[in-house]
Amino acid sequence: MKYVDEYRKKDLIISVSEKLKAVSKKEIVLMEVCGGHTMAIQRFGLHSLLPKTIRLISGPGCPVCVSSQHFIDMAMAYSKIHGVIITTYGDLIRVPGSTTSLEKERANGSDVRIVYSVLESLEIAKNNPEKKVVFLGIGFETTAPLTAAAILQAKKENIGNFFVLSAHKVMPPVMKALVAEGVKIDGFIAPGHVTAITGTAIYNELAEVCGLGVVVSGFEPVDMMQAILMLTEQIESGTPKVEIQYQRVVHTDGNKIAQQMLNDVFELRDDRWRGLGVIHKSGLGIREELSSFDAEKQFKVEVPESTEPKGCICGQILRGLKTPVDCGLFGKKCTPADPVGACMVSGEGTCATYYKYRV
Amino acid sequence: MNNQEAKIMLGHGSGGKLMHSLIEDIFIKHFSNSILKEQTDSAILQVGSSEIAFTTDSFVIDPLFFPGGNIGKLAVCGTVNDLAVSGAEPLYLSVSFIIEEGFPISELEVIVESLAAEAKKARVLIVTGDTKVVNKGKCDKLFINTAGIGRIAKKDSQVSKALDIKPGDVIIVNGTVGDHGIAVMNARESFNFKTNVESDCASLNHMIREVLDQSAVKFMRDPTRGGVATVLNELVGKTKLGIEIEESSLPINPGVKAMCELLGFDPLHIANEGKVLIVAGEKEGFEILEILKKNELGSKSTIIGRVVSDHPGKVVLKNETGGRRIIDSLSGDQLPRIC
Repeated sequence: MKYVDEYRKKDLIISVSEKLKAVSKKEIVLMEVCGGHTMAIQRFGLHSLLPKTIRLISGPGCPVCVSSQHFIDMAMAYSKIHGVIITTYGDLIRVPGSTTSLEKERANGSDVRIVYSVLESLEIAKNNPEKKVVFLGIGFETTAPLTAAAILQAKKENIGNFFVLSAHKVMPPVMKALVAEGVKIDGFIAPGHVTAITGTAIYNELAEVCGLGVVVSGFEPVDMMQAILMLTEQIESGTPKVEIQYQRVVHTDGNKIAQQMLNDVFELRDDRWRGLGVIHKSGLGIREELSSFDAEKQFKVEVPESTEPKGCICGQILRGLKTPVDCGLFGKKCTPADPVGACMVSGEGTCATYYKYRV
Repeated sequence: MNNQEAKIMLGHGSGGKLMHSLIEDIFIKHFSNSILKEQTDSAILQVGSSEIAFTTDSFVIDPLFFPGGNIGKLAVCGTVNDLAVSGAEPLYLSVSFIIEEGFPISELEVIVESLAAEAKKARVLIVTGDTKVVNKGKCDKLFINTAGIGRIAKKDSQVSKALDIKPGDVIIVNGTVGDHGIAVMNARESFNFKTNVESDCASLNHMIREVLDQSAVKFMRDPTRGGVATVLNELVGKTKLGIEIEESSLPINPGVKAMCELLGFDPLHIANEGKVLIVAGEKEGFEILEILKKNELGSKSTIIGRVVSDHPGKVVLKNETGGRRIIDSLSGDQLPRIC
């Protein structure tokens, strides 16, 4: 398959691996921020191809995993309102809230529908004018422009029964927060698809002020091995900078049209991250002038203060401080069939990935 | 499942772990008997001096028509294959229809025609049936249940029990995996992907009969819901051995591969309706491969992996880059209502 097979070639991967082993001298820690990267590393067994000097840790880049329990509880509260249809990307329906999950609420009679694109939610809204359709907006700069486009489309078509509960987040503040918190990181494998939208300027501060290498990587094994090599070379030569490995998709300026849409629809606000707490200006709230599409503004629901499940170390895993095998619940009380924490639910979650792929 | 408030979720019907716990905790608990306990695709029953295989399956697929077939064809193939992989020669089927008020009779007739045509092809007779009509909205268009019985020769009655599996045994599949699930999904969801993926929906009984008559099979199962991964995990669970699959040897249609890449699915978790997994000793495996390849439904047959003594209870996939990963059964609901 074109654009896949050529990036999975064994001899190419091995040759990058050999080069990496020759270049790497210092003991370094690299964080792959994106859940897609975590999955690729485990799925292709890339750990076994790295020199012992390089340690990879997973970051907070799985949209489902970082969505706060409060958000899940809000979604649950909406799902119980008569005449509301919840539309959501698939993984979210299994994330446990404080007491239940959307999957269980669906079994209890709530109308919860899985969509593959937010635009399907618009269709559902049009086809069910007597209902209120609430789309659960999760994800980073990759999925947020789609939600923005849907809101703009709803405005254009005058669809009055379409609403968004936004938990959309942006990447740079959490990356900076981790560094500020003192998590030991020597460089970031930066998310390819986020950067395809934002461009690379969002990482300049990390390189220039924090002195950390940032390489924007693709998602195939050759991409990731090359990105790790580029980062290692930067660190070994003491020249941290922002580089793009994923050049077939990512450009320095990003996607200007998508950026404009994001800006037209959303504004930055302080936001809660699961296990990480509230991070300043890290979330995307819907602008006041579009508040007629903002579920939070249109329906008031009472949600009690939520607590993280006992024994779950998702927060520390999302910070790269611990790995799933450090968790007492992992593989015992917490499995993909019966998850305790969000990191076990999403296909991109660190715990689910470990459970699924690690031999 | 002790919780008084627990309710059935879609994942309970997806052929994965949730369904297994439901079967164990509710059905087996109350129905338990020595025949049911075997949990094979068909029950093997002693009737006088001979043995028969008996099975049933319900079809709730959405949409009713999909590339490569429709619910009628599927209702025959599903039951015929369940009998065939149990080592039986399928003979008679029952067919029951649950129809929603308002369903077009012309569509029903098209479905019934396909059902009849497939039964003829599989050489089974439809000998009894039932019809129920429910109020509009009380079922989704049309549901079909089929049950089937078949004659089973003594020598073939152990084939679904995985009794003599040993390290070194080979695992064979008769062609590309994941076609049915992806074809149905693409027909149902609003992706608008242009693919040429068709359901593999087919009655395998004649081909399986040739294999059983000409070689020695240790285990056979049709990887329907939950896909190849689920069957292999059941097998390692039963045998306490491991299985190693070579990714490079997995036959996967490019359209299926592309959709799986895009949607994040593993083709090994996707349903098939015209595939059989066969485990045999190495020597017999190569014989079986030759027999399968001569058949239209097995022309792309290949050995996808082996039984190993390493990692007991686990199915491990070796990828082309030398990495290894676990193939687990499906945990919840991936593609609802595909059969």
